[in-house]
Amino acid sequence: MDLTFDPAETAFRDELREWFAANPPGPEPTGDEDAHYAWRREWQRTLAGGGWAAVHWPEAFGGRGATLTQSAIFFEELGRAGAPLPANVLGLLLAGPTIMTYGTPEQQERHLGPIVSGDEIWCQGFSEPDAGSDLAALKTRAVADGDDWVVTGQKVWTSGAQYSKWCMLVARTDAEAPKHKGLTYFLLDMELPGIEVVPLRQITGEAEFNELFLQEVRIPGEHVLGGVGNGWKVALTTLMNERSGLAFFLQVRLRQQLDAVIREAGARGLLDDPVVADRLGELHLKAEVLRLTAYRGLTAIEKYGQPGPEGSLTKWMWSEANQQLTQLAADLMGPQALRAGDPWAFELLRARGNSIEGGTTEILKNIVAERVLGLPKAR
Amino acid sequence: MDFDLSADQQEIKTVARELLASRSPMAKVREAALAGTDDGALWTELVELGWPGIAVAEDSGGQGLGVVELATLIEELGYACAAVPLLPVATAAAAIQAGGTDPQRERWLPGLATGELAAAVGRRDLAAGAPDAAVAVVLEADGAVLVEAPDAEAFVAIDPTRRYVTVAGAGEPLGPEGTHLVLAVLAAGVVGVCQRALDMTLAYVADRRQFGVPVGAFQAVSHRCAQMLLDTESARSTAYFAAWAADADPERAPEASALAAAAAADAGRSVAASAIQAHGGIGFTWEADVHWLYKRAQLDAALLGGAGRHRAALTALAAGRVGAAA
Repeated sequence: MDLTFDPAETAFRDELREWFAANPPGPEPTGDEDAHYAWRREWQRTLAGGGWAAVHWPEAFGGRGATLTQSAIFFEELGRAGAPLPANVLGLLLAGPTIMTYGTPEQQERHLGPIVSGDEIWCQGFSEPDAGSDLAALKTRAVADGDDWVVTGQKVWTSGAQYSKWCMLVARTDAEAPKHKGLTYFLLDMELPGIEVVPLRQITGEAEFNELFLQEVRIPGEHVLGGVGNGWKVALTTLMNERSGLAFFLQVRLRQQLDAVIREAGARGLLDDPVVADRLGELHLKAEVLRLTAYRGLTAIEKYGQPGPEGSLTKWMWSEANQQLTQLAADLMGPQALRAGDPWAFELLRARGNSIEGGTTEILKNIVAERVLGLPKAR
Repeated sequence: MDFDLSADQQEIKTVARELLASRSPMAKVREAALAGTDDGALWTELVELGWPGIAVAEDSGGQGLGVVELATLIEELGYACAAVPLLPVATAAAAIQAGGTDPQRERWLPGLATGELAAAVGRRDLAAGAPDAAVAVVLEADGAVLVEAPDAEAFVAIDPTRRYVTVAGAGEPLGPEGTHLVLAVLAAGVVGVCQRALDMTLAYVADRRQFGVPVGAFQAVSHRCAQMLLDTESARSTAYFAAWAADADPERAPEASALAAAAAADAGRSVAASAIQAHGGIGFTWEADVHWLYKRAQLDAALLGGAGRHRAALTALAAGRVGAAA
């Protein structure tokens, strides 16, 4: 047991800190979503220019070949620098690694470079109105026509679709097969005819997500990823990456938000209020548990090739902590935090999505119960 | 960065688990509890194995290992709910080793490491240990103090699997290392209690059938079990962070021990309470054995001083770090 960074890790962190100090992301634009997105896209170009966009990718694919711990350090430092996630986060964390695992050499050659540079943005077309937690129930149909596939259906919760050149699309290619077996994973060019992107307004008033309507979209056969009928397995690779990638960034963001709340409490003379001190202490504990658990998970992956029981818990713990944090912030600040347009009002509302996006807490508990604790399949 | 037990530490833990499973099954725990005494034969064996001196320097008659190794033993002791005074003796010894003066070490360590001296550890109004304690390490508002030849009075607690006392008598301050170590080790014991409560519950809900299926198939039950795992692993992450920091990182030890204490004090009680609930009616009976864990968890939380004071300490630490005025 040694909870310190080794010299190579420390050197990596110091180099990164120096680089962030010399290349700050600039002030975060407020209000306008397009401006915010442009800011993140520019930030990705800056990262790519310094060789920092895809630290966890192998060098052969344009990455830095960082170890898991170094990759964790990258996301911690990114959050600490007050920098945003790069615009193509779905390409870097999800599409890229999936293409590395299942792509043909041609697909890898074609797609990986533009993901790193940010020239081609990716979105994820998995969820459907009737296939959320039960993803394998998806209904979007792909019918073979010569070498092509003709796709019709509807996707939902596709964040960034309006900015994307490509979409990770899972569609049903065999209606007769059992539901997990008849799926195929496609690389969908968002400029093809028959695609309509409709913004989906959230409870915050923003439209971070979209609905995606596909009407007889003709996808060339060479854009199948990982083989026809193999879509469930390929999609699971994408989802596994989703659950492991962001923990470090999220825990640092939580830490920063909590520090901001502590400063607000101090400014209001509330740190000696026993109720406030107790709630802040509870959140401090949760933030630290999240950090420690993320590092335990990292050690488990490095030593045993897979996360231990704690690995399935981080997303659940984070969403609960963030909801508790934003509620406490609103309680401390009073009506000001309920004023339309106030940043804390936004955080309060946005946090409700945390326990739904990327796997609802209920589904995560099922996964923990069945796969970690070995309990019978839930009813 | 390596947040896992080393191969040697894991070996100590595995040996302890197996030894206690064979020597101190629940039937033995119950026997000792009903008699209101410690399991003398087991204690003799543990003393022969050198467990009381695990974190005492070799030249004082100990094994010269660290707080993490001590924490693994105390975790397993909690898991077994074993009726032996290892917690007070080994923890008092380790606290004196870490935070004591040379004369204090010379005076106490050889006798504690060999199990010849009895000890008490905890607080003035409640400590684990027997009335014949030769020395007590108690946590006061300003930190740990050492009480020589304490005026210790038996405190008959709801948990008869351990002896408890109240402690009077003048104290000499121990270094802050002593405070951090005691909290870390107490928290490690709670991790074992949680893990045992979870394991017993998982076995029960897979076995017990109602409405034609194992009750563990119901989400109301399985999600409770998932929450038990979350609380157990949170306690584990913080307890081992604290044990490691007590050994290796004095700068982070105050925060680490407060984290461990706050997490463990609440986790032990809620995980053991969930174990009773998930066992249904049988969980409320004397025979079911989960109540020993619940009682341990209540007493451990009291020894830790409750979660609230540690949460307040964490807020003060965090406020200091971000420069927020209190």
